[in-house]
Amino acid sequence: MTKETPEIVVRGRRRESRALVKTFTFQRAMVRMAGLSQGLRAFREQAWDLFESLPMPDPKDEAWRRTDISGLQAETFRLPEPDAHLDLAPLDENLLSPLAGEAHAGQVILLPGGVRTDLDVSLRAQGVVFTDLRTAERDHAGLLEARLGKIVRPNEGKFAAMAAALAHTGVFLYVPRGVTIEQPLHSLLWGPGVGLAHISHLVIWLEEGASVTYVHEYASPTEEGGQTLHVGLVEVYVGEGASLRFVELQSWGEHVWNFTHERVRVARQGSVDWVFGAMGGHVTKNFAELDLVGEGSSGRMSGFYFTDGDQHLDYDSQQNHLAPHTTSDLLFKGALLDRSRVVWQGMIYVAPGAFKTDGYQANRNLVLSRQARADSIPGLEILADDVRCTHGATVGKIDPEQIFYLRARGIPEVEAKRLIVEGFFDPIMQRIPFEGVRARFQEAIQRKMQNLKG
Amino acid sequence: MTDALVIRNLRVRIEGKEILKGVNLTLPKGEVHAIMGPNGTGKSTLAYTLMGHPSYEVVEGEVWFKGQNILELEPDERAHLGIFLAFQYPVAIPGVTIANFLRTALNAQRRARDPEDKGIPIAEFRKLLKEKMALLNMDPSFGGRYLNDGFSGGEKKRAEILQMAVLQPEIAILDETDSGLDIDALRIVAQGVNALRGPNLGVLVITHYQRILNYIQPDVVHVMMDGRIVESGGPDLALHLEEKGYSWVREKLEGDSVLA
Repeated sequence: MTKETPEIVVRGRRRESRALVKTFTFQRAMVRMAGLSQGLRAFREQAWDLFESLPMPDPKDEAWRRTDISGLQAETFRLPEPDAHLDLAPLDENLLSPLAGEAHAGQVILLPGGVRTDLDVSLRAQGVVFTDLRTAERDHAGLLEARLGKIVRPNEGKFAAMAAALAHTGVFLYVPRGVTIEQPLHSLLWGPGVGLAHISHLVIWLEEGASVTYVHEYASPTEEGGQTLHVGLVEVYVGEGASLRFVELQSWGEHVWNFTHERVRVARQGSVDWVFGAMGGHVTKNFAELDLVGEGSSGRMSGFYFTDGDQHLDYDSQQNHLAPHTTSDLLFKGALLDRSRVVWQGMIYVAPGAFKTDGYQANRNLVLSRQARADSIPGLEILADDVRCTHGATVGKIDPEQIFYLRARGIPEVEAKRLIVEGFFDPIMQRIPFEGVRARFQEAIQRKMQNLKG
Repeated sequence: MTDALVIRNLRVRIEGKEILKGVNLTLPKGEVHAIMGPNGTGKSTLAYTLMGHPSYEVVEGEVWFKGQNILELEPDERAHLGIFLAFQYPVAIPGVTIANFLRTALNAQRRARDPEDKGIPIAEFRKLLKEKMALLNMDPSFGGRYLNDGFSGGEKKRAEILQMAVLQPEIAILDETDSGLDIDALRIVAQGVNALRGPNLGVLVITHYQRILNYIQPDVVHVMMDGRIVESGGPDLALHLEEKGYSWVREKLEGDSVLA
């Protein structure tokens, strides 16, 4: 029996009175259990419980107050069916060519409901695992189980729990002790479609003394008629004396809402060179953390981004110095066009006892249109003595005198701006020793600058 | 005289204040003219106006070159026509190497003259750049430095002349190119300019001091005061000014009641 109650409509003038995000329609039955080991099943079940109990991000939270997700059509997303990719926009084969070096030592192509993997046989013989998440769950359950959820915990937020519980795609990279992989590894998450939730989980584990270069790319075409969701976890462990060069490129279509939690933990004398490149997406919120847990460990984080249209990009970076003699160096540089918006909020944390620490962070933004906006918020929290920490944040525009100077040499205004923008990015490109990655970004600059009026 | 830059009754304002009050000057290709004058008389305003700086408002007058009133053209279109300004204060473009910048500029000019142009081949460009750098006693590594970024005063001026050498303009305006240079640097810069002299280049040397004219021999010297060309003559006019100072011109003018 239903009782009719009069509906009271209140037209709020303030934004807060708008309805918050609708709920996701995922159900417990969607958590993959069949054929999984006991440990993996338990991990997923706990993650699902957390996903159900954790609230959506509160716009009043410091981490979320600059990124409005009230437009997220949460109720529209469904997980891709097996072989879903056959009915969707085909993979852009250009994305498969090597971005670093001449050839790949291995490649994992993640498609909605499908996968293609390839790894050099000699690496396989040395115990290297480089495969998609589902194959790893089946063939390397023990290795994976001991490492899943150890670096990023499912209780860190609604999206972290969602990815831990529902990930249906992802990569597992395991490099045993002392193994050096000369050629780079490459993986691609191709996420076409509308109304789909691509939920991914990357686990990268380098044992003591291992060394590898790994490029992971997220990509999709821009599609009409709705939104697509990507939620991801990236968990990375760099063992004692190990060395990882890790490049993440994001070229999502402009209808994609993208939420990721990422953390790299570095053990004694280990080092990570971590590169982020963002060109696509509608809304991106990325939590990226560097945990220097071992004495003498070091990490470099380099980011470049270029937003246009209505794109919104929000990076939350954290450099945690948790041991003495640790070094971190972060440089994020980006340019903004049209009505796009970028937020970078960084924090260097130095734990008690982490003496002789050297931490650096800088964020530089070049705002190319009057409607674009960049927020750059550095932060330091230092609880140890004898440390050196420096930071810098700038939001600037192109100096008209630079444009006049270049035009006086015969360079038309739009090309002059493009040259200045490329020059602005040069210091960050210098930190990326991969020609293919640089070329990909330069293409994006060219493409986006074409829309720039003189 | 079609092969000349002809300035007619040029009046220019900046921020509402009139700086140029009717400048007349004809610079034929193949000649070097100097404009001398005390500070604040409008010499640099003339240079910027000829190149089309947006802050300078032309109130009246025309500047003709190759059958066009260049005041109607954008700065890059003026460059395509063969006009070049060596800046007094060149701005830095961080992240853009001299080589990359010059190749972009050269190709933009080639494309403007011939839309079919595919651009200068890289090997040919390298050769050209190397050649011109040698002319200016520049280390080849200079081409890999970011344009004017962290340059000393002398390096900036040399880089300006290098650009002139590579882009091969038909009218070059050198705005206080001698300022801030020691005698060795001045000699190198002047040698560079002299090497580029020829029937196809007209040069306007704007300077406060006579010194540079010892190295770049002008055909004609103009004296500018209070926004006008008040005296023109041969090279000895510069020497005369050096000896007597600008007050001599001022007194002469006041005597003639020109500035009444």
